[in-house]
Amino acid sequence: MTATLEVDGLCTHFFTHAGIVKAVDGVSFSVGKGEIMGLVGESGSGKSITGFSILGLIDPPGRIVSGAIRFQGENIANALDQRLQKLRGNRIAMIFQDPMMTLNPVLRIDTQMIEAILAHEKVDRRTAWERSREALGLVGIPSPEERLHAYPHQLSGGMRQRVAIAIAFLNKPDLIIADEPTTALDVTIQAQIIYEAQKLTRQTGTSMIWISHDLAVVAGLADRIAVMYAGRIVEQGMTDDVIDRPLHPYTIGLLGSVPSANKRGARLFQIEGMAPNMLALPPGCAFAPRCFAATPACSQEPAVQDVAGRQLRCFNPQVQEALS
Amino acid sequence: MTVFIIRRLLQAAVVVMLMSVIVFFGVNVIGDPVYMLVSPDADQAEIAATISRLGLDRPIWEQYWLFLKGAAQGDLGNSFIFGEPALQLILQHMPATLELAFSALFLSIALGIPLGLYAGLYPDSRISKTVMAASILGFSLPTFWVGLMLIILFAVELGWLPSTGRGDTVKVLWFHTSLATWDGLQHVFLPALNLALLKISLAIRLTRAGVREAMGQDYVKFARAKGISTRRIISVHVMKNIMIPVVTVMGLEFGSLIGFSVVTESIFAWPGMGKLLIDAILQLDRPIVVAYLMIMVLFFVIINLLVDIIYSLLDPRVRLQDQGA
Amino acid sequence: MSDATLTSPAPRVETPFRRFAAEFFESKIAAGALVMLLVIIVLAVLAPWITPQNPYDLSQVDVFDSRLPPGSDAFAGYTMWLGSDGSGRDLYSAILYGLRISLSVGVVSGLIALVIGMTIGLIAAYAGGRTENLIMRVVDLQLSFPASLVALMLVAILGKGVDKIILALVVAQWAYYARTVRATALVERRKEYVEAAKCLGLSKARIVFRHILPNCLAPLIVVGTVQTASAISLEATLSFLGVGLPQTEPSLGVLIANGFEYMLSGRYWISVFPGLALLATVVSINLVGDHLRDVLNPRLKK
Repeated sequence: MTATLEVDGLCTHFFTHAGIVKAVDGVSFSVGKGEIMGLVGESGSGKSITGFSILGLIDPPGRIVSGAIRFQGENIANALDQRLQKLRGNRIAMIFQDPMMTLNPVLRIDTQMIEAILAHEKVDRRTAWERSREALGLVGIPSPEERLHAYPHQLSGGMRQRVAIAIAFLNKPDLIIADEPTTALDVTIQAQIIYEAQKLTRQTGTSMIWISHDLAVVAGLADRIAVMYAGRIVEQGMTDDVIDRPLHPYTIGLLGSVPSANKRGARLFQIEGMAPNMLALPPGCAFAPRCFAATPACSQEPAVQDVAGRQLRCFNPQVQEALS
Repeated sequence: MTVFIIRRLLQAAVVVMLMSVIVFFGVNVIGDPVYMLVSPDADQAEIAATISRLGLDRPIWEQYWLFLKGAAQGDLGNSFIFGEPALQLILQHMPATLELAFSALFLSIALGIPLGLYAGLYPDSRISKTVMAASILGFSLPTFWVGLMLIILFAVELGWLPSTGRGDTVKVLWFHTSLATWDGLQHVFLPALNLALLKISLAIRLTRAGVREAMGQDYVKFARAKGISTRRIISVHVMKNIMIPVVTVMGLEFGSLIGFSVVTESIFAWPGMGKLLIDAILQLDRPIVVAYLMIMVLFFVIINLLVDIIYSLLDPRVRLQDQGA
Repeated sequence: MSDATLTSPAPRVETPFRRFAAEFFESKIAAGALVMLLVIIVLAVLAPWITPQNPYDLSQVDVFDSRLPPGSDAFAGYTMWLGSDGSGRDLYSAILYGLRISLSVGVVSGLIALVIGMTIGLIAAYAGGRTENLIMRVVDLQLSFPASLVALMLVAILGKGVDKIILALVVAQWAYYARTVRATALVERRKEYVEAAKCLGLSKARIVFRHILPNCLAPLIVVGTVQTASAISLEATLSFLGVGLPQTEPSLGVLIANGFEYMLSGRYWISVFPGLALLATVVSINLVGDHLRDVLNPRLKK
């Protein structure tokens, strides 16, 4: 059985006046049917750009330079816009970060939902409207008829994100890319949204890529986790493995900087230094300047290797007790 | 909505009252009232008679009251030159001015919005850059000078279009218009273009800025992620958003089109209110001046009111705030 | 407070002005416009010394020279490179003298409007409450009418003359300055340093003039240039319509109006050359102002 999505050596670069930004530089991963993959990294690590690359929504000065994006076996990297338009919102849907900005402020909710159906299917408006109403009900929105007639500004942030999720599920896509969908929300609403998204994914068998900077959120949600740093996936594996036994020093740093109850009183681990300047990355491993385990070998580029069932880009995997 | 309109109507009434005070005192205190209200060649007895007839020997507040009473009955005095009621003369000349102003508004929208849309969608293309440079010129060039150039080019050198007058008019419904005859259209084109030039530039800039802002918004990217066609994104998602500021500003600018028509009408000898005003100023026909000023105040107040209402109808965010209040 | 905090910081090689100048001259168009504007100003100032005739000294004007096309020789011997007008005046001389009048009317009315508008704006911003409300209502009311119409209304009431035109331009434009100052001051007075200044017990007047005013200068300069250009253009328009400056004060607008009657008979130069001078002036000021806005406004910087 082929995976729903296979990304192979994806490179998305931005050709700016100041130089070339290699926002995504050789990223490979795959998402199986019904699988939830967490894509984690700091802001600027290229995780959102990876998501947008899959949908073909990279605007100049950026473009996909090389690599393949195989969706159900078909390479859609740099596919014609006509083809991508048929996939977008239909087979591959996306949920954005800020629900206050994603819905058009001057169009009613029903307009924005119905157009998403009509863009891909020849059904009458009545049917489309009914389906929109059902979709709103599925994401836990009370009195959906009323909400359909509302404008976005009449709904709270959490409600709007539920609408966005409902839109994403409208055409029963095979893959949903969720770009930090809970970052802009309150913690309690965050949990509800994650719950709804997880439930729907399991019910419909949809695959999902959940992009987040918050390892704690992804840990409770994803089947597999990929950690990105400076445009590359540095560690990738099953969630439990990555969380319980991180191998890459960066993953260890990320995990160490999450406050949690069982570490009360212990000093929070801190990754030294600043997020890298994407215009002037150090040669070799981009994380080396901030890494506690860096050796002279790190000035070379680490290749992807399989270590303990994981794909890793590191010369010095921290096999055990790195935190203590 | 009704509360909103009533509140705005009251505000408008206050503004009109205030402006009537300013115009009245402007004419009667700063200038010499007798000189203004009696034709310059009147003799002593006539002046004395007029003074007592107009009540100029009474206290100023009483005079203002009389002025208001007259104004309320549509009596703003008689023109010295024509001997007819000033208000009636203004109203007679109004259709020509409105025709010119509407033609200019039409040109501004019909040319400005598509050009602005193009410049906003393809900001780096050569055509866009040319359009933007031209719009800067359109802002800087004095209207009257452009009018002269249009006459030199199209009327004198090329001889394509007539340079003066209004052309044939026909009666449509209850007013005369030149927009329904070929000759009339030929006559209206140059003055309308001249009057529209500033507003075309404005429409280009507004539309371009709006498009560029909207295209970068998440809601456009989200619409693309939904698989919506580019055509629908531009014509529905983007246009609906930018139409709010464009319609509002262009509506407000309609008032200034009527004001600016003074210049254009003088150059192209267009028989509207503006031409009437300039002639009145030059011939010291003060009642016409007062009547024109009061009509313009009324015009602006009404336009501002209408635009506010349209704005609140267009923008759902404003509309609902008002209902809640 | 220690002495160290009161001493001025060490002198920097790159002064704010130098940085500003460097940024300004990055744009070739703006630099060109500034040079053109300076040339225009110099020509206007030096007019009596660099023109072949004083066009308003009747003894120097010969009626035989009237309506000569560009490049003709005048009766007095010199060449009229731009031709002559209906009464035999050398257009080149008339234009430079006209520039003097146009520029001075624009600049003087601009400056007076700036001072008045700035004062009213500062009063509004700092008084707050009812005073501010009242002032801003008046400002908004006036700004709902186009400046050209306000000026036209005023000249209709006041009549012709340099003083009256300046008054009309000032009244038509002060509100733009008032709005600018008040908007900037509103932002400034929320900032911490004004709080700090208040805590130090400084008087209101001191806070306004020493702290808020300097911060309003940049937007005021931008609005000032643009408004001066529009004042010059507006004066020319009014004069062209015959309701602005009288024939005895022949600004560019008056010259253009005088040439208008000859236009249809093909003697284009009488109107076109003064028009080009007006155009060069207004466009160069606007380009400089436009670029000043980009350089001085930190929000627009990329």
